[in-house]
Amino acid sequence: MMLARLAEHLYWHGRYLERAEGLARLINVNAHLNLDLPGRIAPGWEPLVRITGNSELFEALYDDDVGERQVAKFLIADERNPGSIRSTLEFARENMRAARDLLPREVWEQMNGLYLRISEQITGNVSKRRRHESLADLILGSQQIAGMLMGTMSQDYAYDFILIGRYLERADVTTRILDVRADDLLPEQAEEVPAFESIQWMSVLKSLTGYQMYRRHVRTRVAGPDVLRFLLRDRLFPRSAIFCLKALESLLTGLPGEDDSALRATTALMRHLDSARMARLKGEPLSEFIDRIQIELGDIGQHISQTWFQSAPE
Amino acid sequence: MDLNDYKVSDFYDELVTTSGRPRAASRALWKYLKSLDAEEIAERKAACEVAALVAGITFRVYFEDTGIDRAMPFDLIPRVIPKKEWDSISEGLEQRVRALNMFIDDLYNDQKIIEDGVVPADLIAGSENFREQCRGFSPPLGIWAHICGSDLVRGGDGTVYVLEDNLRIPSGVSYMLENRQVMKRVFPELFEDSGIQPVDEYPAQLFDMLASLSPRPYVLEDNLRIPSGVSYMLENRQVMKRVFPELFEDSGIQPVDEYPAQLFDMLASLSPRPVEYPNVVVLTPGVFNSAYFEHAYLAQQMGVELVEGRDLVVDDDNNVFMRTIAGLEPVDVIYRRVDDAFIDPEVFRPDSLLGVPGLMRAWRSNKVALANAPGAGVADDKVVYAWVPEIIRYYLGEKPKLANVPTWKCSDPEDRKYVLAHIEELVIKPANESGGYGMLIGPRSTRKEQREFARLIKDDPRNYVAQPTLALSTCPTMVPGGVGARHVDLRPFILSGQQTFVTTGGLTRVAMKAGSLVVNSSQGGGSKDTWIVDTEAAGRAGGAS
Repeated sequence: MMLARLAEHLYWHGRYLERAEGLARLINVNAHLNLDLPGRIAPGWEPLVRITGNSELFEALYDDDVGERQVAKFLIADERNPGSIRSTLEFARENMRAARDLLPREVWEQMNGLYLRISEQITGNVSKRRRHESLADLILGSQQIAGMLMGTMSQDYAYDFILIGRYLERADVTTRILDVRADDLLPEQAEEVPAFESIQWMSVLKSLTGYQMYRRHVRTRVAGPDVLRFLLRDRLFPRSAIFCLKALESLLTGLPGEDDSALRATTALMRHLDSARMARLKGEPLSEFIDRIQIELGDIGQHISQTWFQSAPE
Repeated sequence: MDLNDYKVSDFYDELVTTSGRPRAASRALWKYLKSLDAEEIAERKAACEVAALVAGITFRVYFEDTGIDRAMPFDLIPRVIPKKEWDSISEGLEQRVRALNMFIDDLYNDQKIIEDGVVPADLIAGSENFREQCRGFSPPLGIWAHICGSDLVRGGDGTVYVLEDNLRIPSGVSYMLENRQVMKRVFPELFEDSGIQPVDEYPAQLFDMLASLSPRPYVLEDNLRIPSGVSYMLENRQVMKRVFPELFEDSGIQPVDEYPAQLFDMLASLSPRPVEYPNVVVLTPGVFNSAYFEHAYLAQQMGVELVEGRDLVVDDDNNVFMRTIAGLEPVDVIYRRVDDAFIDPEVFRPDSLLGVPGLMRAWRSNKVALANAPGAGVADDKVVYAWVPEIIRYYLGEKPKLANVPTWKCSDPEDRKYVLAHIEELVIKPANESGGYGMLIGPRSTRKEQREFARLIKDDPRNYVAQPTLALSTCPTMVPGGVGARHVDLRPFILSGQQTFVTTGGLTRVAMKAGSLVVNSSQGGGSKDTWIVDTEAAGRAGGAS
């Protein structure tokens, strides 16, 4: 027996915490790219605003000033941005607070501590070095919570809903990070492209803590189609889109109810990923492909909400 | 601990006699406390504070618009009552609650007690807590107040009086349970062979009582359904142990596991004849309520769901459901901690977001049991209190076993005249306030406050009663710099279902300021563990060393 309201809180807790972690990873990958690439082909910071889907709000708040400082502030510390790390972390905490009686006490204390610590660290003007430390701290804190839950919480429905939120969001984060790369910055004909291309894909892998695993399991030099295949279709890497969807599929199968629309949407998306031809995916087509994945992930979220959170009088 | 210096007050002291020697039931405790040096005491006190803080024993204090969580001060020195005395108090409480339930049932139906001229008709006419919506209905067994918290005080001559009965949504039982947990951790050696009666069965008793209210007939089923909350409760207990390792190490504290075992035993005992398990829920106004800690605690301890109004829904056939991930799950019994006025916007306050539309229909058509029943608060009124001895005699034909504090009713012209003339000696109480709000303590009041209350009484005499200032008993209490005498009261809880159960002892509340009579937690009062000691049993075992 699980109250729909509490299930919904836990699901959103899972999503928001993963989103905060993903945002930290996204900002890190972009920072690395800007450091590694020569200025004329570096991505700058504008794509991040677009990828997180907050361009209008950003323009309203910062006019046309899209420097690193503005974007970092907007995405990390700005309370006016509901998609900033600060806001997202706060939502993660508030959703967990509402259902804290279902969780081991230490997990709640960890979440609460993480929120308080990070929001204090990112207040005011933060140097690049301190920013990087805070983002690393956030990623670690989020991993700790996941680990504590796995190690101390009974794997009941409450646990399942946290995981459902987490995996759905993680699939979304991984595809968004690919989108940073898809926003093709490299002029096709430039001579130095191949070398830099490799650097870019390495940054993407590193931001997802996936570089070592890629080397171990793919065993080829870092190249676009292989990285795409790894991050979208690898069955063993826990941040690949298909891994998240498989986890989601198994979790959804265990939930009560007749309505299997969320499960069907998940299976359909897995099929789409499996049938995509990676070698052709670059530039515009890659961007479109990722948009399509994200729309389908959104549909899965809709189905989950309708099926389990909105029981109405019959 | 230097107890030779303990200044016995001019009042009745719960632990020591006027000559400064411990009473029979507190002898072992006294000896033990004396054996501890200042450092040991400080250590135990710190351990208590940590335990209370980590356990989250907090309540919410309202100050202007901001609520803040504050730990309830917990005092190290327990209050002791001999078992023999407690047994007779307990009988008196049962008698009182039985009569009050008959009274409430009568008021909402035939009103014989008014017809027979025992109590005046304006008793209802002027009552804020009389719910017209409950007229002509009688809940199963005629029981309206399933959970009652009565406040007891001891006067100067040692007599125990009932000060008031809380029949609406009394709170505090979680503090009683937690205080005992803390004491056991901090003073484990005291509990060995001391004959102190356990208190932990309250959650199980509460569950049994609530389950017995289920309107759904028990039917045979293939599987015994165990409510999933049980696992949370056990999980929580496990977590608690992990949280307290230093306490266990420092004080040699033994694990306290009997409650889950009892609950398991109770569940297991159901299995030979499997019955459909009634769905019991605790309805809370939510996390911002001052007693939320207790709501969550009791739900966990009973292994039932803690729900808010928006989790429940009533269909057109008056069935109550909770919204779960598997759709709508029927609800049979609601232990509601939401006040009457907010419980159903269809019937009471239409702006209430805390309640459940249609809940009253469901209750009146016997589709769900509500504990306490709406309208039970009519007997919680301080004016009704004044009539309780007559009420007991009328319904039960018995002599009241527990004393009422003498009470003047301001609606009576003679009484009112007396009250107005002696306002500076009396305690003036409004009929429907609780938590110590809105009362006047004559001897501690200013002229201006007395004039203000005289005006209030004249404007609305029905709403006020007056009582003599009681010489409340005291109990030795840890205070800065040593041990001082502080005034105490006692709130036991009485459960009424098919059987009646009275908690062993109750929550002792203590005024932390010297001379203060205000024990309410909302006004800075603290609490103590309450020991009911079987002196004969303790004597046989030699008592605590």
